[in-house]
Amino acid sequence: MTHVLVDDLTKRYPGSEQPALDAFTLDIPSGSLTAFLGPSGCGKTTTLKMIAGLLRPTAGSILFDGRDVVSTPAEKRGAVMVFQNYLLFPYMSIGDNVGFGLKMRGVPRQTIRRRVEEMLELVQLPGVADRRPTQLSGGQQQRIALARALITEPNVLLLDEPLSNLDAHLRDEMRDLIVRIQRDLAVTTIFVTHDQGEAVVLADKIALIFDGVLTQYAEPSEFYLRPVSGRAAQFFGGTNFFPAVRRGSVVETPIGSFAFDAPYAERAPAGESVLTIRPEQLHVRGANGDPNTVTGTVRSRIYVGTYTRYIVRVGEHDVEVIRSADTPGQINEGDDVHVHFPSDRLWLVPKA
Amino acid sequence: MASSRSAGAGRQEPEGRGTVSGGLASGVHYGALVVLLLFLIAPLIAFLFNAFAFRWFYPQFIPNEISFRAWATVADPNSKVLEAFVTSVGIALGVTLASIAIGLPAARALGLYAFRGKRVIEFLLLAPTIVPGVAIALGLNINFLRWGLAGEPFGVGLVHLVPVMPYVVLVLSGVFANYDTNFEDQARSLGARPLAIFWYVTLPAIIPGVMVAGLFAFLISWSQYILTFLIGSGRVVTLPILLFSTAAGGNAALTAAMSLVFIGPAILVLILISRYLSGESGAVGGFGKI
Repeated sequence: MTHVLVDDLTKRYPGSEQPALDAFTLDIPSGSLTAFLGPSGCGKTTTLKMIAGLLRPTAGSILFDGRDVVSTPAEKRGAVMVFQNYLLFPYMSIGDNVGFGLKMRGVPRQTIRRRVEEMLELVQLPGVADRRPTQLSGGQQQRIALARALITEPNVLLLDEPLSNLDAHLRDEMRDLIVRIQRDLAVTTIFVTHDQGEAVVLADKIALIFDGVLTQYAEPSEFYLRPVSGRAAQFFGGTNFFPAVRRGSVVETPIGSFAFDAPYAERAPAGESVLTIRPEQLHVRGANGDPNTVTGTVRSRIYVGTYTRYIVRVGEHDVEVIRSADTPGQINEGDDVHVHFPSDRLWLVPKA
Repeated sequence: MASSRSAGAGRQEPEGRGTVSGGLASGVHYGALVVLLLFLIAPLIAFLFNAFAFRWFYPQFIPNEISFRAWATVADPNSKVLEAFVTSVGIALGVTLASIAIGLPAARALGLYAFRGKRVIEFLLLAPTIVPGVAIALGLNINFLRWGLAGEPFGVGLVHLVPVMPYVVLVLSGVFANYDTNFEDQARSLGARPLAIFWYVTLPAIIPGVMVAGLFAFLISWSQYILTFLIGSGRVVTLPILLFSTAAGGNAALTAAMSLVFIGPAILVLILISRYLSGESGAVGGFGKI
């Protein structure tokens, strides 16, 4: 249970104009599960390695429970990293791999053996201590890597893309295991991922990083309801973006004018901005009459099983709408429809 | 080792190609092998005969009488053969250890990192294989005399490093080219200190390459004549030095016996290291293949 405060952390590589990480500040509550999310090369793994102590920051500080650990070497920091490709030591047995951290701390052999068995139980792989890493599947190796990290009772557990090397069904299994163990041990955990779905399902809070800059740090639902930028909205599957000008609680766009709900209206940027609304928040109706409704023609209809995706042409713009599968009423390509923009779901982001 | 590999290649001929060409190919393999073995082993057989022969003259195909006189001379402290043997082993082992100690960091830098001037350094490291050793030794001799290193085993070992280092660095940098340093980071993250990382993580990964490099180092140092002769100033008597003077003396039996003493350790080292040379140890490339 360690509270992690990353303050103004910056990493510059020699010969590169743009810093790999720029003034990154983040407060990670003790015992929480946090995701570093972003496209590849955004600096998320760099940040993880700096917290682990495997990479020296150019500037800034990292505090564990208020104590600056930047000058503490990795082997004494207690922030254990699990690498994406597991990195089990190939010439050691599974038992020796899992017990490695305790051996380095001079723990008696008897104790190590007992703790190794406990850890193997924890990751649901009892009795594999005598096997070799190559005798295990990728998913099993991943679990051993996790056990090897957890046996040291780390202050902070750092997972680099823990699910990306696994098959789909193993991924769900591993995800549940990580969540269960993390809740049981209440170890402060940070994991890196490029998959927003993974981050949403696993994390208490997500730090979205673009180009070495922290874009948004919030609970998963915030990224759907209140993204800070068009790019953040897009990363979470937002598809509807319309240039907008807000005047009071009314926003004007090329496809029509919409009334805003007051609490949102006050926070939204005034003047030129971009209106965004998630496709599942829009409603398609057969009849007109409501305010905040625009009329268009269904250009395409894609059946995805649990829902159907429609592209509706409104003037010069496409509006994407998702309807859940059991919504009554059939809508076909070529139909004229009315799309309702709920006033409490409209969201404005700054112009890019 | 060579024979098993060659036989294996013969057996692996695809069956569909017809047995005639397959048979021919493996016939050529075996032929080449026999010629090779003759070249390598025939002189050794001559040594064996000579070393145990007593009055072995031209028309006789094999010696008539067996004698251990030559071996008695070898074992006699007055012949200084054993003394030279110890000197040779000492210098070769010292050179081996020193070359690994120097070569490891250099090879790691060359194998893992790109840096300015890397090409120049690589060329300089290989330069001793191009420049004749005599030229280097003659040039160094003056300075070694001035520094009191000439005529000392330490100085001889030092000059042996000149032809040894290119091979050691070449072999070891190949090892590091496939080496994944993330394993070291992983160990560090789990609480391993630098020395523990080297012992538990780095060394097991590179040990096959280190053994092979050590083999080269030992054998190159072991068989040095001209460098030892020039820098040793006649006071450092290694086996090759003694062997040359004995051979010049014309005692065929003693020369043969000493040659066997000279060849023995080299073959022994080769056998000890051979499992690292065989294809089975993919570990020569570090962890890269796992």
